[in-house]
Amino acid sequence: MCLGIPGQVISIEDAGRKLATVEVAGVKRQINLACVVDDAHPVERCVGEWVLIHVGFAMARISEQEARTTLQILEELGSAQGELEAMNDPASAREA
Amino acid sequence: MKYVDEFRDGRKAAGLIARIEHLVARIGRAAGRPIAIMEVCGGHTHSIFRYGIEGMLPAGIELIHGPGCPVCVLPMGRIDDCVAIAEQPQVIFTTFGDAMRVPGSRKNLLQARADGADIRMVYSPMDALALARKHPDRDVVFFGLGFETTMPSTAFTILQAESEGVANFSVFCNHITIVPTIKAILDSPDVQLDGFLGPGHVSMVIGTSPYEFIARHYGKPLVVAGFEPLDILQSIWMVLKQISDSRAEVENQYARVVTTGGNSAALRAITRVYEIRPFFEWRGLGSVDHSGIRIRDCYARFDAERRYAVPGVSIADPSACQCGEVLIGAIKPYQCKLFGTACTPERPLGALMVASEGACAAHYQYGGAGKVSAA
Ligand code: SF4
Repeated sequence: MCLGIPGQVISIEDAGRKLATVEVAGVKRQINLACVVDDAHPVERCVGEWVLIHVGFAMARISEQEARTTLQILEELGSAQGELEAMNDPASAREA
Repeated sequence: MKYVDEFRDGRKAAGLIARIEHLVARIGRAAGRPIAIMEVCGGHTHSIFRYGIEGMLPAGIELIHGPGCPVCVLPMGRIDDCVAIAEQPQVIFTTFGDAMRVPGSRKNLLQARADGADIRMVYSPMDALALARKHPDRDVVFFGLGFETTMPSTAFTILQAESEGVANFSVFCNHITIVPTIKAILDSPDVQLDGFLGPGHVSMVIGTSPYEFIARHYGKPLVVAGFEPLDILQSIWMVLKQISDSRAEVENQYARVVTTGGNSAALRAITRVYEIRPFFEWRGLGSVDHSGIRIRDCYARFDAERRYAVPGVSIADPSACQCGEVLIGAIKPYQCKLFGTACTPERPLGALMVASEGACAAHYQYGGAGKVSAA
């Protein structure tokens, strides 16, 4: 929950509500882009970009290299799997 | 240095450790006691244990594992409130999975679910809002918790519920804020701290400027750090360098994610929806002034606390628990009388055992490398 997980924005679902689809280590999921867009960087510009996602919200735009390193750290910490399961189907995620 | 090989860049790690040793020797001779650096963030605690960073550091430096795991510091009374809300027949209670096993005084959320309460784990508050749309005849409550990292997500979800006119959705707000808590720790008479590793993802939201008072008024260095073991080593070195140069500043090692001003869209949403509470209770630390936030009056209809008139009783932690002393660094996790016996990750008594970001659970899982092997 606190460490978040990096993902790549692959498409915009609803520009008005700032909703996009991201792909995180093969898992696709709808997230909210409201915290990483503004007039200078509209929703459409995010496609292809990497973001750091916390509980369904993109909280920072990051470089691809930062995304890959972060994912590797999360895997080593044993945090990536639980996060991905929760994204996919929270009911099956580990409860710890 | 048995873990250095695991690092992406072992040579860089070894170089940083050598530079840390050099500075610790220089500063330690002058201070005559170990240099104490607190990592405020539970993510750092987890990473420090996972990579055995304490075992790589020279004897003259100590890492104090701070209160930065929002699940760990939830007091029992708030869990009892959750159970009370969840047990109302019309309620669907939604929560992050992390919170399911935090002990309450009667039961935790897992037990409440087994007893028939409709409790569902969600990944995001947006999922809870989706459940509310799907079940207009039920009341969906989301258990909002976490530091500033997760605050924007519940704020935006409340704004979304308002704009759609969703009437059966509310948030039980337990968000907490780290800066007043660092201040409380600095004001507590038992602590001896020489510097801080600042939280990475909280700072991504709030920026680095809110920490300025720590440098200015308390004369302590703070370095906002990333989560990679190399980030942590480099940040420790940066804190030591400041001490050695007799400087106290806020520095940003994690500039690839964190800016001085923070995330303005996130901060705007937080300010719009939330206001500071006069005080909030933390497990282990007790009541800390201005450390919690609540939903503003104009969004009262999305506030589960008002909707359900929660019991709100303050319940003392079991008296043998020493979580408070561990949280401020007065004792090490393994020095708690309950550690590993009455209190284990399978059956946590204190909250620091609940999540892997908690000092006790991290210590239990990975053991103390090197100099903390006295356990
Ligand atoms: S061992 Fe358990 S009771 Fe003791 S400090 Fe740690 S979490 Fe608290």
